[in-house]
Amino acid sequence: MTSTADVIDDKLLQKRLDKAMFNRRLRAFLLVLPILLFLLVVFIIPIGYFLFQGVYDKTFSSIMPQTTEILSEWDATSEPTEEMFAALAVDMVVARENKTIGKVATRVNRDLPGTRSLFTSTARKVSKLEAPFKESIPDVKDKWNDIEVWQAMKTASRKFTPGYYAAALDLKLKSDGSIVRQDEKRRIHMILMKRTLQISFLVTVFCLLLGYPIAYLLATLPTKTSNLLLILVLLPFWTSILVRTTAWIAMLQAQGVVNDLLVFFGITADDARFSLIYNKLGTLIAMTHILLPFMILPLYSVMKGIPPSYVRAAKSLGATNWTAFWRIYAPQTIPGLGAGAILVFIVAIGYYITPALVGGQEGTMISNTIDGHMRQSLNWNLAAALAGVLMIVVLFLYWLYDRIVGIDNMKLG
Amino acid sequence: MALPAYAGWGERVWYYAFRFICFLIFVFLISPILIVLPLSFNVEPYFSFTPGMLSGDPDAYSLRWYKDILTNGMANPEATTGWWADVWNNAQWVRSMRNSFFIGFFATLIATALGTMAAVGLSRSEMPFKKKIMAFLISPLIVPLVVTAAGTFRAFSELGLAYTHLGVILAHAILGIPFVIITVTATLVGFDNSLVQASYSMGATPLKTFFRVQLPLILPGVISGALFAFVTSFDEVVVVIAMASVEQRTIPRQMFSGIREQISPTILAVATILVIISIALLATLEMIRRRGERLRGVTAT
Repeated sequence: MTSTADVIDDKLLQKRLDKAMFNRRLRAFLLVLPILLFLLVVFIIPIGYFLFQGVYDKTFSSIMPQTTEILSEWDATSEPTEEMFAALAVDMVVARENKTIGKVATRVNRDLPGTRSLFTSTARKVSKLEAPFKESIPDVKDKWNDIEVWQAMKTASRKFTPGYYAAALDLKLKSDGSIVRQDEKRRIHMILMKRTLQISFLVTVFCLLLGYPIAYLLATLPTKTSNLLLILVLLPFWTSILVRTTAWIAMLQAQGVVNDLLVFFGITADDARFSLIYNKLGTLIAMTHILLPFMILPLYSVMKGIPPSYVRAAKSLGATNWTAFWRIYAPQTIPGLGAGAILVFIVAIGYYITPALVGGQEGTMISNTIDGHMRQSLNWNLAAALAGVLMIVVLFLYWLYDRIVGIDNMKLG
Repeated sequence: MALPAYAGWGERVWYYAFRFICFLIFVFLISPILIVLPLSFNVEPYFSFTPGMLSGDPDAYSLRWYKDILTNGMANPEATTGWWADVWNNAQWVRSMRNSFFIGFFATLIATALGTMAAVGLSRSEMPFKKKIMAFLISPLIVPLVVTAAGTFRAFSELGLAYTHLGVILAHAILGIPFVIITVTATLVGFDNSLVQASYSMGATPLKTFFRVQLPLILPGVISGALFAFVTSFDEVVVVIAMASVEQRTIPRQMFSGIREQISPTILAVATILVIISIALLATLEMIRRRGERLRGVTAT
């Protein structure tokens, strides 16, 4: 039988132990805390903020508050009322003074092309107009009688909108909230995504085809020789991507080394040189070269750990070389294969520089289009929606990588 | 994998065929990098070999593109006094080189300091949510660069950090962090934690223990992580395109617009210099690796 004092002591001890454990955990966590805060502030929040714009757009509603309010009550099918025209006139006067009408015009123009000048030219005259606005505004431009314009404004007035994600998937958000497929001619993003996936897939396959023999050779040669040959893999890995891309331009252009050699050996005529660059082929070749080390290194480290005795045992039991390789050796290389393939695919799918420099028209990828929307058409919202779609694919692959390989098994060189 | 004496005819053919295939793949890997070296000495403003170069005519080779690296953008290339000062202050490539080193140095410093600290924490057995934190810290490696560039640019411009050196440095530090985490945690796997306990038991403070006991032993991992972080910053161009003005132009940024706008062999001369730098980096890493093996008592065979 234990006395009361013992019980208290036990509890106290337990408490102290818990506290000590807690302190140890806290101390370990404190070491990680600065980097977590750093990444949160300069990485996660900025990216979250950027991606948020894919569903959030307050351009129209903040510049045209009265119109927005009245449009929210409108059923999008009945004829526009005098109040709606009046609200439009009031907002336009303010927007013209603040020089923000251009933003509104751009915003509505995205949903209904050809309406840009409608807004800018009407805004120029709107301060001189008098009631009833229902007649005076269409007198400036009779397109204001067109119900489509009002529907487009209603769509644009939504702060939270699935419109940009719909656009990123080649769909179209209508003013009544329904979503339909984009016209045939304007379905450009799906083609782009298919091409991005196709290029990433092909690059992964090429890396696998070229990387597997090299990794196998390195793993089976004596260490001294393989260390020397490994330098030939690591040197490209450590060389600037821009240097390698430049080098491929020198290799593959019409007057480049490869074409010169082909002409020299009589494979092609001097006036019929191959176009190997500034197209999809150029992107494929340069990206395969750049990403090949990402395939070779994980494969090599897995193959190095496979004991040669298994294959020898298989052969001694009567297996042919091919059977021994295919049934015994190859299955053991799957982890390295998976690691390399997913890594190459993840890096490839978000690739920007090489397609931008050697891809030409048909070799560009989704990253290039996102960049184009940000810097040329200044449509950050659509860029964010496209980036969101890209992120979903990448995060899924990252999760897959973690499941198959384990993040803590990632190694470099 | 030497060919056994009893190998049959088919085996022999395959053995040599396989080696030949591997040889071709190595040619694919290395030839583009080697090709820039001779081309950078071209006397003509082309990216291809001239007949003169192929016949070995010394007049077909020149150092004019290397000179161009120094003189392009100079206020007065003909001046006799203050020539080097002019190069230092005005030559485009020299200025971008200075930017590259400046940005790379501070980005590496931030990434290595924060990353090493976190890796030490992550290597402790009592660390909570280890796998989740690890996955989070490595995520900058897999997020497409365009997304990182867009996000940081947007947020940094509201903080007044866009078009500043600090903005580029912070963004590059993010990109370097995963490499530091990966290499340092890999080194810490082989670290004997009883050494830390021994140090504590003899009265050393945690800080002193870290700098005098733990850091010297994991230094190879820290250095190679730092090198990775530096190279990442030194090679990065997407963030720089978004975040930098002319004042923050780095070498890759300068090359990027060079390739797009007026492609001249100056780029090949710069590329040659960069290849030489990467060979030096590779050699440094190899030395660190050998030292690490020697210290851990692993003998190279």
